[in-house]
Amino acid sequence: MSTHTEGHGDISTGVAGGDSNASATRITPGNALRPEDIALEVKTGLVKPSEDVAEYALRLGDDALILAQRLGHWISRAPELEEDIALGNIALDQLGHARSFLTYAGAGMLKEDGTAKSEDDLAYFRREHEFRSVQLFEQPNGDFAATIARQFVVSYYQYELYRRLTDSTDATLAAIAAKAVKEVDYHRDHSSQWILRLAGGTEESRTRMIHGLRLMWPYVGELFRDDELTQRLAEAGAAVAPSSLREDFDRLTAEVLAEAELEVPDVPAAPGGGRQGKHSEHLGYILAEMQVLAREHPGASW
Amino acid sequence: MIPTDSPTSQARPGTPVGVAPAGNPEMPAPAPEHHDRSAWGLWEVFVRSSRGLSHVHAGSLHAPDAAMALRNARDLYTRRNEGVSIWVVPADAIAASDPDSKGSFFESPQGKDYRHATYYTKSEGVKHL
Repeated sequence: MSTHTEGHGDISTGVAGGDSNASATRITPGNALRPEDIALEVKTGLVKPSEDVAEYALRLGDDALILAQRLGHWISRAPELEEDIALGNIALDQLGHARSFLTYAGAGMLKEDGTAKSEDDLAYFRREHEFRSVQLFEQPNGDFAATIARQFVVSYYQYELYRRLTDSTDATLAAIAAKAVKEVDYHRDHSSQWILRLAGGTEESRTRMIHGLRLMWPYVGELFRDDELTQRLAEAGAAVAPSSLREDFDRLTAEVLAEAELEVPDVPAAPGGGRQGKHSEHLGYILAEMQVLAREHPGASW
Repeated sequence: MIPTDSPTSQARPGTPVGVAPAGNPEMPAPAPEHHDRSAWGLWEVFVRSSRGLSHVHAGSLHAPDAAMALRNARDLYTRRNEGVSIWVVPADAIAASDPDSKGSFFESPQGKDYRHATYYTKSEGVKHL
């Protein structure tokens, strides 16, 4: 993570609209919303979330951050180099969403000196029970099929969430969601393509795909649980009630599973509690690895 | 080093899709078998950077089928906003000129000035040349 707050420099080396120097490797950064833009708005006092919105942004940011850390573990370990990069890309997309949400959340959470908490303060200097991610995101990678199963659930959930959040009365949440929804749409495509191939591949790959879905499905219910915070925010139009996403999630995931000739797993739900800081035994290990450098060398930069 | 997972829950490095896991979680995992790269075919990737330009060869990649080849190409070759269109072609579907026959194939036009417009003298009075 970076705390740079400089404006958006144009590193384009070509002129938009068909110049003679254009090539297949031309680099243009595009103009999408970046975490640095949000940090700049926070610093200059242009945006400040309410206490509720900050808490809500913290939840979504923690979900994305923990998943990014999990997926990053696949780099150099995926079945093929090409899949390393695909999972790495998804991890980086999630990290981008986490940075935006956490930067915004930090603007509503002041440090002792009265300044806003940064994304790094929130990512590296909170303890396990202070994380608000639901338990699905911290579930172990398992084998490739288990990771695809987790990604399948996450991407269909996040797509429905971000698609609706683009209409939020909170302009910053809406802007983050508008950028994220396009990326998550691709994550849906990636995971469902793999579900079809693993389920329709060899007997071994099919067995593993079924097992992966059974491992992850107990954590599905927690994604769609409402509480007082989401109720208050949903009534105000700032957030989306998680329960309202369930119908579309069920319908769309069932379509993919039906095409793959798989059943929706019939497994008991896990108790959950991630939104209240109750986590499975896995999160502590993730945080230890993720936070050790920042805690050993506070303020280090490279 | 701090492990992020218990060893038994972790996919072993290099384990390809479709290779059986260690049967007993208490037993150390056997050495991963060498993955047969030929299981995934080679694809050549062509990227068009903007409208009005041609697709340009960007590189190659491995993929199990055309649909995944397109997705892998998107991830590998358009990460920095490089393209508006991608083609993928099975590498063995491309017929290439023989590098050893360079002389007969590509050097024959040398010295044939008359194939260039500059060889010819402009006739008097012809405009816009």
